[in-house]
Amino acid sequence: MDAQTIIAKRIAQELRTGMLVNLGIGIPTLVANYLPPGVNVFFQSENGLVGTGPVPEEGMAHPTLTDAGGQPVTALPGACTFDSAVSFGLIRGGHLDMTVLGGLQVDKQGRLANWMIPGKMVPGMGGAMDLVSGAKRVVVAMQHTAKGKPKIVKECSLPLTSVRPVDLVVTELAVISFPDNRATLVETAPGVSVADVVKNTEAELVVPPQVAQMAI
Amino acid sequence: MKTIALDQAVAMIPDGASLMIGGFMGVGTPERLVDELVRQGKRDLTVIANDTAKPGVGIGKLVNAKSLRKAIVSHIGLNPETQKQMMAGTTNVELVPQGTLIERIRAGGFGLGGILTPTGVGTVVEEGKRRIDVDGRSYLLETALRADFALVHAFLADYLGNLSYALTARNFNPVIAMAADTVVVTAEHIVPVGLIAPDHVVTPAPIVDYLVTNT
Repeated sequence: MDAQTIIAKRIAQELRTGMLVNLGIGIPTLVANYLPPGVNVFFQSENGLVGTGPVPEEGMAHPTLTDAGGQPVTALPGACTFDSAVSFGLIRGGHLDMTVLGGLQVDKQGRLANWMIPGKMVPGMGGAMDLVSGAKRVVVAMQHTAKGKPKIVKECSLPLTSVRPVDLVVTELAVISFPDNRATLVETAPGVSVADVVKNTEAELVVPPQVAQMAI
Repeated sequence: MKTIALDQAVAMIPDGASLMIGGFMGVGTPERLVDELVRQGKRDLTVIANDTAKPGVGIGKLVNAKSLRKAIVSHIGLNPETQKQMMAGTTNVELVPQGTLIERIRAGGFGLGGILTPTGVGTVVEEGKRRIDVDGRSYLLETALRADFALVHAFLADYLGNLSYALTARNFNPVIAMAADTVVVTAEHIVPVGLIAPDHVVTPAPIVDYLVTNT
């Protein structure tokens, strides 16, 4: 199983029927492909859609039915559309149960940096700052390292997206949460040891006596 | 509300004007108005919008034509040309969190001086802004935004200027329609009064100044 599939499958297990969920671009988008059987959630696209469905079949795209990347999507029965003020009211107003975003770095307390690399990549924060500040639960989907360097670090060297700590980080190696603002190992991926995770993590990691394995 | 030909609508817009333009990655952007701005060679525009789309699409066309002095947007990640002009210093790009941007515009249109938002507290977005605590929680004071013109794209416009929108082409359009001195609208279809049911009108006719005729 490749890294992206491990991450997406594990995050899909966090979804519960009835949740309103926003998925970011990249790995987070893949989460929708692994919705557990019987679980029905509302996916939001922050450009103004709740009830986002899968990518349309060839030739069935509609020019005004798109996701936050401007790509064609479908709308499930019961979907609704609204303007950007309502869309961010859902996000900031405590109505969004979960957001899944990509990450560049997460610090030891769970604070995320994911919107710019000064001097190199300045795409703009889009909706990321509102999503991390406002969602009830924030889940980061990212590879554990980038070019061999840990992405879970003591202090973020990149500008923060929000000072609000994320709830869960899921990588191809581990699941990490942040109780009492301390990075804590929750699960390891199949075939990955605790030592492997610690070696690839710069932030000090709290390791409980028993660490479960991801059930994917 | 007056009806107006496309070229005359754009001729009203002087160089250096501030424009709010609807659309999200080009979806719901009044493309005909954008094309005409480029054709008439407008310069030094300030554009307030969600994003600058992609090269050759929506607001991306204004970027390609170097029509912009300033862009106040939330995202330029899919337009390398905007990033290039920002790095080169030829276009001033102010990046604003998307939810903050739309609320600043809403405030401008709703008679408010600004809004208090938790988004951006403790980040680079806070620089130069007032932090205000309310009931133990910290917020940033984000000031209202208005523009000289709003360029709006609707799905239906009736002969009076009532507007409704299609699916994800709604986005910033009804909000910017409230926040500019002059509101110029293009619509997919111009329809008789009454065809848009009162409950389905999103933008009320009295705030629309000009409806661009379809050809």
